[in-house]
Amino acid sequence: MAGDLVLAGLCKRFGSFTAVHELDLTVPQGAFFALLGPSGCGKTTTLRMVAGLERPSAGGIRLGADEITELRPYKRPVNTVFQSYALFPHLDVFENVAFGLRRRGVKQVRQQVEDMLELVELGEYRHRKPAQLSGGQQQRVALARALINHPEVLLLDEPLGALDLKLRRQMQIELKRIQTEVGITFVHVTHDQEEAMTMADSIAVMNAGVIEQLGTPVELYDLPATTFVANFLGQSNLLEGSVLDRRGDSLVVEVHGSKVVVPAARARVADGAVWVGVRPEKVHLADGDRPQDGAGDQVNCLRGAVVSDVSYVGVSTQYLARLSWGPELTVFEQNTGARDTFAVGDTVDLNWQPAHTFVLDAKQDAKAGVEEVA
Amino acid sequence: MSALSHLGGAPPAAGPPAAAEPERRTGRRRLTAYLLLLPGGLWLVLFFVVPLVTLLSASLYDPSGSVETGYTVTWHWQNYVDALRDYARPFGRSFVYALVATAICLLLGYPLAYAIAFKAGRWKNLMLALVIAPFFTSFLIRTLSWKLLLGDNGFVVDVLQALRILGPDGRLLATTAAVVTGLTYNFLPFMVLPLYASLERIDHRLIEAGGDLFAGPFTTFRTVTLPLSMPGVVAGTLLTFIPAAGDYINAQLLGTPKQRMIGNDIQSLFAAGVYPTAAALSVTLMAAIVVLVLFYVRRTGTEDLV
Repeated sequence: MAGDLVLAGLCKRFGSFTAVHELDLTVPQGAFFALLGPSGCGKTTTLRMVAGLERPSAGGIRLGADEITELRPYKRPVNTVFQSYALFPHLDVFENVAFGLRRRGVKQVRQQVEDMLELVELGEYRHRKPAQLSGGQQQRVALARALINHPEVLLLDEPLGALDLKLRRQMQIELKRIQTEVGITFVHVTHDQEEAMTMADSIAVMNAGVIEQLGTPVELYDLPATTFVANFLGQSNLLEGSVLDRRGDSLVVEVHGSKVVVPAARARVADGAVWVGVRPEKVHLADGDRPQDGAGDQVNCLRGAVVSDVSYVGVSTQYLARLSWGPELTVFEQNTGARDTFAVGDTVDLNWQPAHTFVLDAKQDAKAGVEEVA
Repeated sequence: MSALSHLGGAPPAAGPPAAAEPERRTGRRRLTAYLLLLPGGLWLVLFFVVPLVTLLSASLYDPSGSVETGYTVTWHWQNYVDALRDYARPFGRSFVYALVATAICLLLGYPLAYAIAFKAGRWKNLMLALVIAPFFTSFLIRTLSWKLLLGDNGFVVDVLQALRILGPDGRLLATTAAVVTGLTYNFLPFMVLPLYASLERIDHRLIEAGGDLFAGPFTTFRTVTLPLSMPGVVAGTLLTFIPAAGDYINAQLLGTPKQRMIGNDIQSLFAAGVYPTAAALSVTLMAAIVVLVLFYVRRTGTEDLV
């Protein structure tokens, strides 16, 4: 029976370019696993090596007890939902879905295909050619064509990339439902961090051929391990600082004259120059002209920032607040009606909990993983 | 709206105030379209319709006419009956030779086109240029060269005799094999190019998808690549078969009277001034090819692939 998918020391070089660098990864059986990263990070190459469409330069792939590194693609108990689907244009929906079963000489193809088309709600389209279907329908045919073979692992290569936003959200929920229903291991490659977070049980964030961090969506978001993860998964405010002192379970970090407290467990480095990070929605704005109430020590506070931009987006307001020594912080405030609103030019204090602070190595690029604005 | 008027129809349900302007524009567009069609249309009338009508009427001349006494159209359908009776054998031979040459072209051309499309890498353009290279010399000269190649004292015959594949009196020139070889050689590029074009268009991921769905390399070829290249197979076989069936150069240069094809007879009948029979044979050949092609295209059912 199926087991965990294990990648050990997996490498792929194209000439002098290293696409995947000594990747070690275990995908537990039945997991919905996402490989997340920008284009060119090696995630698709990794997927193709698991599918057998690319030969690893070094390392191995195991599925349960079986070594599958050298196995030809058509002999692997693995199926792929290709980017832009790769449906057979000369076959109708029914024959596309039946393709894998027919190749393996399975009996009662008809019943199985009809059941599968029912699952993806495409029963009445069985005699259409792929070109006569919408993008969302083609996507579901591609899914059905792979799933019907009951693979031990289903590989999805940017399966929702070609769909518009609304359909994408709908298909995310659909995919998650189907995965829960069939209980097959899904390995989902995507560059869309929101997609990865909504669907996956665990995420491996990849960058430049290596895994930057692996964990559940909550772990990655709450405590990113690198500046790349901090920026690629949601947004982060990163401020230059240096570690002053260790006080019990906490570190005290100096940020341009102010002291910021961080639980030691949330710091990747314990001394020297660091990045102090906090997520925009964890920061609260307070009127800078009002004296601080005694909360003092339990809250990290940077005083005397000036609001430089305000954008109202309905459920929340996004502020940019410039600190006196230059850096700009992003702050999301929920529009609950209970809090003050500010205008450009107002002086504000920035407060956040030590438990929401994280500390990263200052040697990393603070801009790594910042998505370029299209 | 503008897309509709492009199609030439007046916009449906357009209100009266808005209707006048688009209608005038549609009229002008229509005129432009006709003007653009005019030169090509005239050319076709002059060089296709007129000769075709002339040929059809020549096939119905009174057979007793001659170049000296002149010809009259007497709707003499008997011309066809006589021509088919006298020339049934070269007719049959033409189709058999053309069919065999087309089949060999397909067997040789498909692997070649496949290799150029999928395996040639950076040699792709060079290989395509080599496929087209023979066109830089005339058809006649190339066929004449085959005459030298296959000649009784040529090295091909010498080698085959030395290997005892050919007997001491065996020959290549002036045989059926020589004619079919010539046809195959001359029309091979017409097979390779459309095959290459349709193979090259195939999305490589479809082949990967075949492998992913438990089809080995051969099964993937049979169930994915081959069906998707059918438009090329149909186009290539037609482009090879049609000119090969009407060809007379290869039979004349590489064969003997025993290998006469229908083109040879038409050519010599025209040269001898026996226009009615020559024309009747030409029309029959044309009609036979059209019928065969229609039947073939209908059978292979590629219309929803192209």
